[in-house]
Amino acid sequence: MNFHVPVIQYAEVLPILIVLGAAVLGVLVEAFIPRSLRYVFQVVISLGSILLAFVAVVRLHGTSHVAVEGSVVVDGPTLFLQGTLLLLAIGGVLLIAERGLDTGGSAFTAHAATLPGSEAERTALASGIIQTEVFPLTLFALGGMLLFPAAGDLVTMFVALEVLSLPLYLMSGLARRRRLLSQEAALKYFLLGAFSSAFFLYGSALIYGYAGTVSLSGIREAISSNAGNDLVLLMGVALVTVGLLFKVSAVPFHAWTPDVYQGAPTPVTAFMAACTKVAAFGAILRLFYVGLSGLRWDWRPMLSGVAIVTMVLGVIWALTQTDMKRMLAYSSIAHAGFILTGVVAVNKAGLEGSLFYLAAYGFTTIGAFAIVTLVRDSTGEATHLSQWSGLARRSPLVASTFALFLLAYAGIPLTSGFVAKFAVFAAAYSSGSSALVIVGVLSSAIAAFFYIRVIVLMFFAEPKEDGPTVVVPPIMTTAAITLAASVTLVLGVMPSSVLDLIKSAARFTF
Amino acid sequence: MNLYIPILAIGAVGFGFAIFSVLAAALTGPKRYNRARLEAYECGIEPTPQAVGGGHIPIKYFLTAMLFIVFDIEIVFLYPWAVSFDHLGLFGLFEMVIFIATVFVAYAYVWRRGGLEWD
Repeated sequence: MNFHVPVIQYAEVLPILIVLGAAVLGVLVEAFIPRSLRYVFQVVISLGSILLAFVAVVRLHGTSHVAVEGSVVVDGPTLFLQGTLLLLAIGGVLLIAERGLDTGGSAFTAHAATLPGSEAERTALASGIIQTEVFPLTLFALGGMLLFPAAGDLVTMFVALEVLSLPLYLMSGLARRRRLLSQEAALKYFLLGAFSSAFFLYGSALIYGYAGTVSLSGIREAISSNAGNDLVLLMGVALVTVGLLFKVSAVPFHAWTPDVYQGAPTPVTAFMAACTKVAAFGAILRLFYVGLSGLRWDWRPMLSGVAIVTMVLGVIWALTQTDMKRMLAYSSIAHAGFILTGVVAVNKAGLEGSLFYLAAYGFTTIGAFAIVTLVRDSTGEATHLSQWSGLARRSPLVASTFALFLLAYAGIPLTSGFVAKFAVFAAAYSSGSSALVIVGVLSSAIAAFFYIRVIVLMFFAEPKEDGPTVVVPPIMTTAAITLAASVTLVLGVMPSSVLDLIKSAARFTF
Repeated sequence: MNLYIPILAIGAVGFGFAIFSVLAAALTGPKRYNRARLEAYECGIEPTPQAVGGGHIPIKYFLTAMLFIVFDIEIVFLYPWAVSFDHLGLFGLFEMVIFIATVFVAYAYVWRRGGLEWD
């Protein structure tokens, strides 16, 4: 048997290597550094490595190359999404590192494995231990997310999917407050996520059976030369799509989203909601635009249907919610539908619109969940909508910033959401899916109603007597909110430089 | 298609053997029922009528199992490399050293955090 030595372009996968290397370093810190010093080490390693990786992404600007024997594709969309993910992760890590909000020291439990309400839990609480393992977990997840949109074959895509999912399952179960809810969220996310991974893997096997290769460019060639049994191919595509749509929480694969977003510690929810969606849509775009573009007449109706159901049901469910985190979860489902509208356009405008929407949505999400961590009463975060009434009287600045994020979600002009929605709807219209655009615009109108209802509640309702207090944001949360708010504003008021960047980047290499 | 006939034959032989042994044991074996016969074999919890301690088992079993899987997977990658390391040369050596070092980080973590202490 003959082997050839693989050629690995380390420089082109440097951003991923930096983040994963820092994660391994973080594990060593947990093992060998005294407990009191770990926090400082972990924060420096996490933020430092993310910044380094961002510099590496910027230096790769303009690269368009299939690296690592076809497994990793470094091109415009990859680099744009990796840069977006790294900037979002800075916000996420800042929120995770925040220690000035919870009276217990951080948002994370000391011993996640202890039973809620048990003697062991009380001992762990009394010991005053503050766990720092969440930092390497975040970096591992981020490493997988960086690889996910860059994957050039289905096996790499699956490995990236697992690397990003497994740490997130754990992180959802780490909440210090409302432990049972958090553990339930982690278990649900794990079980359903494992199912969806199995769907993805089985679909990959069927596609391999059709094309004789797992590489996306090979699948593309096999489809264009009509290589084998179409039924096997279509079944494979359907199963792989289920696995990917689960990760972006599109209806009907969304059931985990509200429970997990509500149960997970809010900093983790912010990181997960923003970054998972960006990474998973990156993978969807590459799979459908590169691997399966010759099959578009088969998958476009399917994805259009999913987009319509996702938008409509997402906004209708969001209307009925009374909990802030659940409402944001359903709104994130609806946004998955809006982004899918851009994906099904299958043209350059659709790709550009989706990329812009992902960046805009990610920063708004980080900011919105960061604000949720600030509104607290004696039991922790006050997430019931009624507790938010009259919030503007207590803290006009926090209420106004939250209003900005909600307006961006709603797609009001001068925020990033407007430009993003306009871009995906215009792309869908130009590709002839006017029905999709009509549903999208109607859903946006319904969505605007419940976003603005919260604004009205905050600004024009009487505050409750025993309502929650708004904590003065400590430095790290302030930094994360400032980052999110400024990007939301800049993308809304002066989007042209980012749009130009996307225009030059939006070309897949294969 | 002819290529697959031996596979089908093997499958049929396998099924046939399983059915034959189960049937033969049921027809010819002695039937003595007692308590020990109904217990789980050698390990595992008694699920009925009520699991002892609500079915909780000490987490250390789980840790040992996880550690076993980590090293098992390491061996899975070491074997093919050992067979063909002369083809892969220095590249293969360096990649395997990086891989083993990463696995060792997991081991060091478990060791330092008390995962190897049974009590």
